Amino acid sequence: MISVFIIVTGMLMIAAGVLAVHQKHLLSAVILAGVISLLASVLYIVLAAPDVAMTEAAIGSALTTIVFLFALKKIREQDKHD
Amino acid sequence: MIYVSIIGFALIIIGLYGMLTRRNIIRIIIGFSIADTGIHLMMVSIGYLKGRTAPILDKAVDQADALQRVVDPVPSALVLTAIVIGLAVTALMLAYAVRLHEAKGSLDIHDFKELKW
Amino acid sequence: MIRKYAVILILGLFVLMLLPLLTELTPFQELSPVAQKYAGEGPDALGSANLVTSVVVTYRGMDTLGEVAVLFAAAAGVGFFLRRKEKRPAPGKREASALLKTGTAFLLPLILLVGVFVFTHGHLTPGGGFQGGVLIASAVVLFLFANRSASVSRTILQWTESLSGVFYVAMGALGLLLAAGFLDSRFLPPGEFGKLFSAGAIPVIYSLIGLKVGSELVGIIDNMRGGAE
Repeated sequence: MISVFIIVTGMLMIAAGVLAVHQKHLLSAVILAGVISLLASVLYIVLAAPDVAMTEAAIGSALTTIVFLFALKKIREQDKHD
Repeated sequence: MIYVSIIGFALIIIGLYGMLTRRNIIRIIIGFSIADTGIHLMMVSIGYLKGRTAPILDKAVDQADALQRVVDPVPSALVLTAIVIGLAVTALMLAYAVRLHEAKGSLDIHDFKELKW
Repeated sequence: MIRKYAVILILGLFVLMLLPLLTELTPFQELSPVAQKYAGEGPDALGSANLVTSVVVTYRGMDTLGEVAVLFAAAAGVGFFLRRKEKRPAPGKREASALLKTGTAFLLPLILLVGVFVFTHGHLTPGGGFQGGVLIASAVVLFLFANRSASVSRTILQWTESLSGVFYVAMGALGLLLAAGFLDSRFLPPGEFGKLFSAGAIPVIYSLIGLKVGSELVGIIDNMRGGAE
């Protein structure tokens, strides 16, 4: 039962990864990378590593995405400025 | 858990593929962060032992049978610090990318020819 | 065209390199010798219920110190590259919506409380300095989203970061003087197993790591946001 869950989560992660690499829209690619991290934190719970799951959920999916978004915003501002 | 290892493996390859084939620097950084997640998954899955629980002792897992009941704490500890480092390194790469864009007005890796030989 | 083949070749070599991890590695039936030592002796010697914490703070304390140093270097690098040369007013800063403002006013104290709980209880429950620091950093991010014109005080950040770093190394040096070695946590009384004030210096050290990580991450995010000087 748990292996079915892992396989489904894994398929979602791999699909999100392929999409993130091939996605035309940069913003969606960033969000998809965040989704991968969020699903990874679920897998860490299954692997009995709650410490890692907490870190991954907070850093991988929240702060990394925010840092990416700030960088995109800065780049867009520079584009407008030129 | 072999399935999780396979997922980590696939994510590493996808991330590397993205890093090697994409031209936009932000996309290369996204590929890096995907590969990063894959490597962490793989490391934690190596430390997992079937049917065991988290390495935290309480009433349910007492000290006497801890050795038979908990998973390996060392990969967890390593991955814990690796994730934090991963964020800091990603932020540093993005800061470089912002500065490169400021200098050249472009994020295409093919526009940066200074170090090409 | 040649580029495409080179990419395929590199990916193929990587697959070959990583494949033994999937095929050759038989799942462990019991803990590795190192983990057996940590899990068998750890609770008695250090008094920490969370074995991951005892590995991060004491057994591998040196690695954690190095990791915090790398984090500092990366944060300094971000600050260096994104330092603002001229001050130009950011165009079109909208006010945050009422929903975000009200939600932040309600959630901010709770998130800060959870963050402090997580890093003071690192030796008892899942979590610790890194997770707690990240939670506090995300609370600050939420605050910055809700109050667009607010800025983070650099002075407070720098002092928090430097003082917690100095005290972290000082705790390590105290371990060298009073216990077995650098970053040994056994110089404070071990207390009762499973209580908040137990496990020697582990909660103190982990709280300092939490403060340091939190202030560094806030610094990184403030620099990425292009905060005021």
